[in-house]
Amino acid sequence: MSSSNLFNIAALAYLAATVTFFAFLASRNRRVGLGGTMATLFGFVVHTAAIGFRWKETYDLGYGHAPLANLYESVVFFAWAVILIFLLMDARYRVRAAGAFAVLFAFLAMAWAQRRLDSGIEPLLPALQSNWLLYHVITCFLGYAAFAVACGVSIMYLLKARHESTGGNVHAGGAFSLFPAAKVLDELNYRAIMVGFPLLTIGIITGAAWANYAWGTYWSWDPKETWSLIVWFIYAAFLHARITRGWVGKRSAILSIAGFAATIFCYLGVNLLLSGLHSYGAG
Amino acid sequence: MRTVADDLADSIWKFFSSLKLTIFLLIGLAAVSIIGTVIPQKGSPAFEKYLHSVSVAKFHLYYKLDFFDMYHSWWFTALLGLLCMNLIACSLRRLPRDWKSITSPPMVLDEALERSLPFSKPWKTRYGASEMERKVSEFLGREFAAPHVTRVGKEVHLFAQKGRYGRVGVYVLHLSIIIIFIGVIIGSLFGLETYAEIPEGGSITTVVAGPGDRKIELGYTLRCDSFSVSYYETGVPKEFKSVLSIIEKGRTVVDKSEVIVNRPLTYRGVTFYQSGYSTAGPPSFHFSARERATGSVARVTARQGETVSLPNGDSLKPLEFIPEVRPNFPHASGPAVLAELIPRVGEHQTILLLQRYPDFDSQRGGALAFTFDSVDEAWITGLKVVRDPGVIVVWIGCFLLVGGLITAFFLSNRRIWVRIADGRAVMAGNAGRNQAAFKDFLVKLSDNLKELQ
Ligand code: HEM
Repeated sequence: MSSSNLFNIAALAYLAATVTFFAFLASRNRRVGLGGTMATLFGFVVHTAAIGFRWKETYDLGYGHAPLANLYESVVFFAWAVILIFLLMDARYRVRAAGAFAVLFAFLAMAWAQRRLDSGIEPLLPALQSNWLLYHVITCFLGYAAFAVACGVSIMYLLKARHESTGGNVHAGGAFSLFPAAKVLDELNYRAIMVGFPLLTIGIITGAAWANYAWGTYWSWDPKETWSLIVWFIYAAFLHARITRGWVGKRSAILSIAGFAATIFCYLGVNLLLSGLHSYGAG
Repeated sequence: MRTVADDLADSIWKFFSSLKLTIFLLIGLAAVSIIGTVIPQKGSPAFEKYLHSVSVAKFHLYYKLDFFDMYHSWWFTALLGLLCMNLIACSLRRLPRDWKSITSPPMVLDEALERSLPFSKPWKTRYGASEMERKVSEFLGREFAAPHVTRVGKEVHLFAQKGRYGRVGVYVLHLSIIIIFIGVIIGSLFGLETYAEIPEGGSITTVVAGPGDRKIELGYTLRCDSFSVSYYETGVPKEFKSVLSIIEKGRTVVDKSEVIVNRPLTYRGVTFYQSGYSTAGPPSFHFSARERATGSVARVTARQGETVSLPNGDSLKPLEFIPEVRPNFPHASGPAVLAELIPRVGEHQTILLLQRYPDFDSQRGGALAFTFDSVDEAWITGLKVVRDPGVIVVWIGCFLLVGGLITAFFLSNRRIWVRIADGRAVMAGNAGRNQAAFKDFLVKLSDNLKELQ
């Protein structure tokens, strides 16, 4: 069994989970919700195994490196991290309804990677041959994943808040009534960012430490570095805004969505549209 | 008497220590930082090309605004400076109050305090105050934390807390940002960053750096023993390696240290990074030429581009060295050389010689069969030379930043007060963060307490 087949199975499981979660929102049947979680869990196990297989495949080719070396591998890992953060948050805060968006993100990422990206296993360039690659990429991507979940929750918040303000008609918006209360979503948004912000911070620091090893300078204002700092500033603003009155709720949700948009730009836009040191997406 | 000047000072202080300014600065920094990622910065590879494409008017405007080196411009630095001032002012403004609250929290649950807390619950009990004190003390000690007891008249006040230093996290976190800035400033004032080239076998005792290209004595001799590049079979570089030695006062203190990308060499605070390479001249090739008719073998050496004559009167001119042949020639691997064979009579012929396949050329069927034995390349290694005394300060700051963040986010100061009088008691509490979860905990706790009736 090759890793590629396993990745396909994981992607299909996420698709099934997404459909099930939307059916859960529409039907409000708890068993359907449980089915969604089960499908997600199944996909996650397969996904994890697939990453392990791919790791082994790099050894079979004689390169032997963690499967985090090109855009394809990073997108696959990003999807994995989104599912991990969602499952952890669901275990802790019971937010099954948030799965509709979180698992959808993961599915879209997997589908894109499998259909569009070059999945060839490549050897590592000298600059990438470092354990810092592992620490840096893992922490950054777990951070991004937490921001993805925060963004999903924020979208739900905006939908829900509009629904609540129009009187919360159950018949007109059956799906929304299954969303957690707006206040809960607002809190979850904050929680997810509380997880993501320290991870991003560690990601930026490990990146700086690595750059210091590889290039002898911990910060060079390369576009990727700068964008990661932009993302960091936005979420720092988000955290401070929450302390001041009047910035919870809608504005908070919008800031969270803006933060995730910047995150996606930092991750993909910089490589596809700007030029710099980071090699992901170069091919 | 308060004067206008006092009021003005007060407003300035309020402005500088306000969170509104923080939010404005953070969002502002995020927004302006975009500029330098869109407009190529001085020194980047894209900059030269960009200069040719931009109009004169735009160039002048951008130049005036420092857009080509914006992260070192006065206005960007000023924004960062303002953020630091904001941070210091804000911390100074809050510290006295928070410090007092950490070191001497209110132990007595009076009416005013009770009203200010998000949770309080009274209940009636049939026990006397001292009996109740014993029971509640024991209960709190078991379920939460051992309480401190204060007696005021006939009332008994219990106070228990957890995560006392949770509030310190935010201060550590903010301080760490200042520390990082200090590290950066130390680096830019006292640091050294330059580039040195050493040919194989050569050595240096100085580097050139700074404004005016000053010569800086290293205080020792740095020698490049050798340099090599290896390739994956895909033709992509696998490793750049310099072998470096350091000789100080006639003694070899570092002997043949292998320096590769991601593994620099540090000596006396100066770090040498493998950063580039070039060739000192064309490579020389060593060939063997076997005469098919006689079987006699002659060894020849030729530089790239140089024509050498062979024993039978033909001559050979190496044209190009191919470090890894796999991408052009999928069934083979290893180094190869492309050469021109110039016979005494007849057509010139281009031949490919593969180092790993000595029999390959004999299949060509000429009078001479060549093998490509080895190549001497004369390399010059390129080393980045850095001394940054601020970098350790930056790492300390980063360490504190992460520690502070985790403390601030995940260590919450939770406090519980209980006031006991004959037949009555009140329990109240609050938490530094996650108030809702703590309230649930308090509700459960007070329900259990009521059973002590
Ligand atoms: C890059 C700069 C900064 C970063 C990364 C940063 C980070 C943080 C973080 C992560 C928190 C915790 C937020 C939370 O509890 O949800 C926080 C709290 C806070 N920050 Fe900052 N901060 C920065 C600059 C500033 C500045 C300039 C000020 C000046 C006014 C400031 C004032 C505060 C205050 C008052 C709090 C709340 C403390 C509390 O909860 O008691 N911060 N900051």
